[in-house]
Amino acid sequence: MTHPFRDVAIVGVHNTAQARQLEAHDNESINFEGALGAIADAGIAPIEIDAVIGEFAQELVLALRLGPCTRLPWRLGIPLVLEAADLIASGRANVVLIAAGGAALYRERSAVAPWARPSHELVVGYGLFTAAEFALMARRHMLVHGTTPEQLATVAATIRNNGHVNPDAVYHGRGPFTPPDILESRLVADPFHLLDCAMTSEGGCGLVLARADRAKDLPHHPVWVLGGASESYGPAYQVAPVWDMRGARSDVPAGYVGRTAAAHAFRTAGLGPDDVDVAELYDPFSFEIIRQLEAFGFCADGEGGPFVAEGHIGPGGRLPVTTDGGTMSFSHPGINAQQLQRVIRGVQQLRGECATIQVPGAEVALCSNGGSGALFTDVLLLGKERP
Amino acid sequence: MTSQPMKLQPQEPGIPVPKPSGLSAPYWEGCQRGELLFLRCDTCATIALRPAGVCGNCLGRSLSWVPSSGLGRLYSWTVVWRPQHPSFKVPYAPAIVALDEGWWMMSAVVGCEPDDLSAELRLKVEFHPAGDDITLPYFRPV
Repeated sequence: MTHPFRDVAIVGVHNTAQARQLEAHDNESINFEGALGAIADAGIAPIEIDAVIGEFAQELVLALRLGPCTRLPWRLGIPLVLEAADLIASGRANVVLIAAGGAALYRERSAVAPWARPSHELVVGYGLFTAAEFALMARRHMLVHGTTPEQLATVAATIRNNGHVNPDAVYHGRGPFTPPDILESRLVADPFHLLDCAMTSEGGCGLVLARADRAKDLPHHPVWVLGGASESYGPAYQVAPVWDMRGARSDVPAGYVGRTAAAHAFRTAGLGPDDVDVAELYDPFSFEIIRQLEAFGFCADGEGGPFVAEGHIGPGGRLPVTTDGGTMSFSHPGINAQQLQRVIRGVQQLRGECATIQVPGAEVALCSNGGSGALFTDVLLLGKERP
Repeated sequence: MTSQPMKLQPQEPGIPVPKPSGLSAPYWEGCQRGELLFLRCDTCATIALRPAGVCGNCLGRSLSWVPSSGLGRLYSWTVVWRPQHPSFKVPYAPAIVALDEGWWMMSAVVGCEPDDLSAELRLKVEFHPAGDDITLPYFRPV
């Protein structure tokens, strides 16, 4: 059977400058910078773009004089990349631009970021926010499997050290960190210390996907979409994030949200976890990495803690993760950009162009978004070789 | 854990409060009179975790709010030291409570110290006003 994305290539990626604050930018302007950078990286003319996806898709269509043009004003990370791939695979578009970014969203810091504050009636009175929601999932795993704060801290130290050496990271030069450094930072929502958590920042990014025949003449080696899927167990931050909650369809508990999506992605790709060279995992909180390693099949259930303690996720390890520093250290500009940035880093790894923590000869990258506390996880498999 | 000895307390009025919907109004009215209710399908007895007008199991349209014993066990928790919003006093302990009737709810544990929290701790519901028209269910170890 022909691979569904055989004709879909990622040909352009770009991160704008990322910083705690980007003076003179707002959401729209930083989206535009992300878009323009990705177009330049792809080496195409804007007139070739016949579909745009992102919060400011309509504004980009107008500004770049792309009309008539497909526009999908959505913002949700990996599902946008899969939508772009489907647009090309189904013949509805030839070149798709995705842009995202956040600036001037969160500068008054007496409360946690607005997107992190649930307002649903069943949770609002209990002072929940994203760190607390994810902590409830982490605690359950610790109770059942004996996962330790030291193992969580090992994840945070590893990812923060990846950012420490990355000149493009917001927290470049802030380390290096040891697991005890993480444990000595103040408690936010037990078991999470400050340094177990994502930071907040500003920045934009963009991607360009093109049909394979167009991709072959462009400046960068194309990166191919090998598979991907997206799944949810319900609305984020509206009900208790119960690890053992199940739907009628499957025995997989909500704690392992993403397991079915990963299995689907691997099936489409004809690959398994052992074929993955680098994992650009979404890291809103340290525990999420341990959970995703288990959910995606990189280790057995309950073995995520020992897996990270044995050093497998660090540079040179069996499965280096989140090599740019992720949302803990590279950037976390709000709702969408930091999710797409997992994909961008995956592309850069397969191109072999990462200035730091490049995984030598990387052929297959797994990228993820979301997390258990939010009841959704998205998975994307990228490859250097055309499927 | 570096928590200092400090008793977990209900929050004072002034925090962001729930906005009841048409579907959830009976739940919040129950809380006002000190009664914890849960939503159960009249046909197949499946419990809804979120106010709904339809049963997710049998698609029945007839659901009723029924009284809970208010007894359960601690399923998971966190102790928050950095408040969601400045109106919340720390530490506080959001918790998932597994009720004896076989459903889960989000709440917070009060009346003990953070270090007293442990898996399967037996809990009982109690009610504290969070604003003029809203009373929140909390849980205390029994």
